[in-house]
Amino acid sequence: MRRGAGIGLWALTVVAGLALYAFLPHFVSDFHSRELASAGVFFIAIVGLNLVTGYTGQISLGHGALMAIGAYTTAALVVHEHWRDVWTIPLAGLAAGIVGFVIGLPALRLSGLYLALATFAFAVALPSLLRKFSGLTGGSEGLRFLESAPEQVTGLSGTVTVLGHTTTQNHFLYYLTWGIGIVGFGIAWLIVRGGLGRVFRSVRDSEIAASSVGVNLASAKTLAFALSGVYAGVAGSLLAIQKEIVSPLTFTFLLSITLLVGAVVGGLGSLPGMVVGAFFVQYLPDVSTRVSSAQGVPDFVYGAAIIAVMLTLPTGVGGLLRRLAKPLTTRLYTRP
Amino acid sequence: MLLAFDWTQLAQQIVIGLAAGGVWATLAVALVLIYRSTGVVNFAQGEMAMFSTFIAWSLVHHGLSYWEAFFLTVAISFAGGVAIERAVIRPVERAPVLTVVIVTLGLFFVVNGAARWIWSPETRSLPNAFSTRPITIAGVAFSIQDLGTIAVSLAAVGLLWLFFQLTKLGLASRAAAVDPDASRLLGVRVSWMLALGWGLAAAMGAVSGMLTAPALASFDQNLMQPVLLYAFAAAVLGGIESPFGAVVGALLLGVFVNLVGTYVDWVGNDLRLPVALAVILGVLLFRPSGLFGKPSARRV
Repeated sequence: MRRGAGIGLWALTVVAGLALYAFLPHFVSDFHSRELASAGVFFIAIVGLNLVTGYTGQISLGHGALMAIGAYTTAALVVHEHWRDVWTIPLAGLAAGIVGFVIGLPALRLSGLYLALATFAFAVALPSLLRKFSGLTGGSEGLRFLESAPEQVTGLSGTVTVLGHTTTQNHFLYYLTWGIGIVGFGIAWLIVRGGLGRVFRSVRDSEIAASSVGVNLASAKTLAFALSGVYAGVAGSLLAIQKEIVSPLTFTFLLSITLLVGAVVGGLGSLPGMVVGAFFVQYLPDVSTRVSSAQGVPDFVYGAAIIAVMLTLPTGVGGLLRRLAKPLTTRLYTRP
Repeated sequence: MLLAFDWTQLAQQIVIGLAAGGVWATLAVALVLIYRSTGVVNFAQGEMAMFSTFIAWSLVHHGLSYWEAFFLTVAISFAGGVAIERAVIRPVERAPVLTVVIVTLGLFFVVNGAARWIWSPETRSLPNAFSTRPITIAGVAFSIQDLGTIAVSLAAVGLLWLFFQLTKLGLASRAAAVDPDASRLLGVRVSWMLALGWGLAAAMGAVSGMLTAPALASFDQNLMQPVLLYAFAAAVLGGIESPFGAVVGALLLGVFVNLVGTYVDWVGNDLRLPVALAVILGVLLFRPSGLFGKPSARRV
């Protein structure tokens, strides 16, 4: 009976979430649904980062570079090979997943800060490499979809028709991004709840204990990096589709930092918190510019807000949710 | 072919590399100081150093000489470092490590924003600390500025070492870093030792900023960002827990980066940092705890 109530509560949350997803664009302007789509990109990348940093305990300062791999895969396929932009998403995820696997290899020998340096090196080096190999990547100019392959951009005419429903391009981008985001969230949730999630958490909590009960540390770590690379690659691909241009400037080290801030504010080791984390990093720069646009003030406010959140919620929004939900779930699940 | 090789140029490039490495060493030691006591890489270290450099610029602008401004700024920075630790790091002392890391990232934006707010973002310059005249040693002309930079950074690191080895306060703060609980029982005020570490790190950062700025024709608020990257790389190369390793790592890195940038055309100016990072990664794969770090033994 009480267990039934718990399941009911879950079902209610899921239905409410899906309803919000379906009807939100009707309540906000066209422009705002594009902003929401851009928050969705952060959401997908942060959920992936959480798998590797939050659940497996491996710090990554290089997820912005994995997004770049996804974005450039999409851009290269559209511009050089004239693929339809949305069909490149799976390949972008695959490419970044493979690169994520490769980045995970140093994790077999390095731990903690040294691993952070390895991923950091990748993030710092990538923009210069993108500039260097300009034949494929367009160098500092980047790749522009509209100039090279406009016919492959979905919604160029302003509207998109999917299965008989016609929406504006921005609404389409919103539905596409958050649709993939929800599926990705669901997959992450299944992973985290399943046996693989237990393997990941055991690696995070104690490598020694994990390996002594037969967990293969090497494959667990590289798998976590590869999975999280797929998320980052898909996010990067969606970012490229939304902006219709990729350039090295988008994928500086700052992007990796932004993702990490989003994941920690959302709460490492909590999936629902990631929604808040994504909105935090999407809207905070706008909000801080609104405070005052004088030189330096937006950055000051941005940093101060990050510090304030960390001082009030040291374990992020996820930690807060766990604390709030505890009395409720305790009442629901424990027998009197 | 070999005879045509320009040994003079090589000697000059090595000294230039050592000068760059010396500056990185001071900032790398600052990173190590904070890492040893808090277990956190302070991402704001470079911005704090930049802020100190702007304070020095203001002092010079108000008529102080470079060296007067230098020592005054080091003192101000020490106080600033202690104040920052008390204000934002102490509240998260017991939080997960990544939380503290994110706080330092927040500090990065706060300090950078504040500097652009207070000093508008146009470029400016500091007077030269040393004569710009070259000096000739064994037939090779070296810049006095480079030699002076090497001397000042090594002196700063040396003074810090003496402080930790010879004074009671230094001993207490080393004890607090090694075993906080036992030190607390012996009456060491561990929390204040962390603040002391932040103060010293800020002072070291100020030295590195004030050595970086005069060597450039002009600088702005992004002055220290590349320096932080190299300092981080150097500290990890040397073994992040070892100040001595950080200094050696920084000097090696300085020379290496400069030689590769000069002699390997493909690398040039753009790829210096990626190449340096790749080499460090290679080293770390064989020595996972850095050149001078102790391999960590884990108790099962």
